[in-house]
Amino acid sequence: MLPDSLRQHATAASVEAFDGEAVTGGNYDHNELTLEIAAVKISSICGFLKFDQGFARLSTVTAVDRYPAEPRFEVVYHLHSVEHNRRVRLKCRLSGTEPAIDSVTSVWRGANWYEREVFDLFGIQFRNHPNLKRIMMPDDWEGHPLRKDYPVTGSRV
Amino acid sequence: MGDRANPEQAAALAEEEKPQTGLRRMVLNMGPQHPSTHGVLRLVLELDGEIIRKCEPELGYLHTGIEKEFEVKNYQQAVTLTDRVDYLAPLSNNLGYCLSVEKLLGLEIPPKAQWMRVMLTELTRLNSHLVWLGTHALDIGAMTVFLYCFREREDILRVFEMFSGQRMMTSYFRIGGLALEPPRGWHERVKKFIDTFPSRVDEYENLLTSNPIWMARTQGVGRISLEDMLDLGVTGPMLRAAGLKIDARKDEPYSSYEKFDFEVPVRTESDVFARYLVRIEEMRQSAKIVRQAMDGMPEGPWKAADQHVVLPDREKMKTQMEALIYHFKIVTEGFRVPAGEVYLVIESPRGELGFYAVSDGTARPYRVHMRTPSFGNLQATAAMVEGAPIADVIASIGSMDFVLGDTDR
Repeated sequence: MLPDSLRQHATAASVEAFDGEAVTGGNYDHNELTLEIAAVKISSICGFLKFDQGFARLSTVTAVDRYPAEPRFEVVYHLHSVEHNRRVRLKCRLSGTEPAIDSVTSVWRGANWYEREVFDLFGIQFRNHPNLKRIMMPDDWEGHPLRKDYPVTGSRV
Repeated sequence: MGDRANPEQAAALAEEEKPQTGLRRMVLNMGPQHPSTHGVLRLVLELDGEIIRKCEPELGYLHTGIEKEFEVKNYQQAVTLTDRVDYLAPLSNNLGYCLSVEKLLGLEIPPKAQWMRVMLTELTRLNSHLVWLGTHALDIGAMTVFLYCFREREDILRVFEMFSGQRMMTSYFRIGGLALEPPRGWHERVKKFIDTFPSRVDEYENLLTSNPIWMARTQGVGRISLEDMLDLGVTGPMLRAAGLKIDARKDEPYSSYEKFDFEVPVRTESDVFARYLVRIEEMRQSAKIVRQAMDGMPEGPWKAADQHVVLPDREKMKTQMEALIYHFKIVTEGFRVPAGEVYLVIESPRGELGFYAVSDGTARPYRVHMRTPSFGNLQATAAMVEGAPIADVIASIGSMDFVLGDTDR
């Protein structure tokens, strides 16, 4: 459900009109619009925002680990519309056991490396990604360094 | 060669190694140690004669876990990490990070600090563009330009040293303002540099712009369409060289950029030559901004008045108990930042630099993600060089102006 206070924002209203069930929440803080999207809908919402709402650019994809809370992961997308000079943040929550979400590489090819980075550093799987392998860490690395239960220092050699 | 115990495998290998009459593809590893990649980037190129059929960049050789490190530093300490990301534009990174935390704090920065920040960030842009121009020209075979560019760069580094005591890892911008009071005599020093700089840019242009070898090596090389670039996440001068007038300093002004008068140069050819012309013009515009900031420098404090965030003056600490307590608190514990999240974008010399900062209300960042321009730009490498001769790879990747520290973080 889209909070009532967000209906005045054109982007939020259009997403709700497109698929009311996809929006699970949102807020408007520090002049930034955040929409929480059901993880299964991310690909279709991104397609709608790119092709119908002019969000031509995917600025970045990243994640936040809320360990030990559950759902543990937030996958965060920052979209940018050059045409309207507008930005929006999409957020999907994923459970800590076998986190997986659809890839948005079919919408923006540029999502490729960003999703690989999230996969590498957080261990989140992206379904239908064309080349999902580690990008920062060596291929034989164990663990995902940006998870909160991964030590900052330690005796890993 | 490998183990040939298996006779079938051995026969297959022998078959493969026979001289062939037709075309044969070769895989070439360019890098990770290669002078033209300026850092450690590996390009796996599949060649058909001289033509590149497939290109796969491999990165991560400079990954140092900076985003992880943010989570164990307090907010002010973490400024020093940002220098080390894009080490050719440390002050741009300082600025982006400080602005994002200040946005979370709702902190008002006095005009003098804002003007100072603009002036030094534009000098950083000059510094970064000079290194780019010098090394890019050197890669293509023009040695002289490199020496000229580094001569001017040295002047800029001396200015940084004067302000912060450091030539490269300045950490001069702090949350709440500047790290130190601007030094005596900075105005004359910057003025001396900026008075001569436009004529130096003319010198570079004399050497390159209508030089037939330079034109032959850069015109029509590394072409890529605007749609492809937007799709792949490219930003900055590369987009502007393809006809899109996009610049965060104009579109989403920060640190009082809206009060400065400058143009955003745009070309339409989208080749290596156009990117060169865009950056040359940007240098002239940056020099203009530096001059405006210098001449219009407001009077007043150079750090914010919030005593919970900004360290007190030395004098006050010696005379006021309260100031001493705040100093002790900030140094030992840091300051708490209200819970929330912001995504703040600035225009670094390479393009869109975004800081996604998440706070949980404590004195350390819960998560900081840096959307670095080099990472996005580098993703276009394959689209740019596939189908082109191998000799053009150097010119193409040079025109992207990436820094591997910025890519790998």
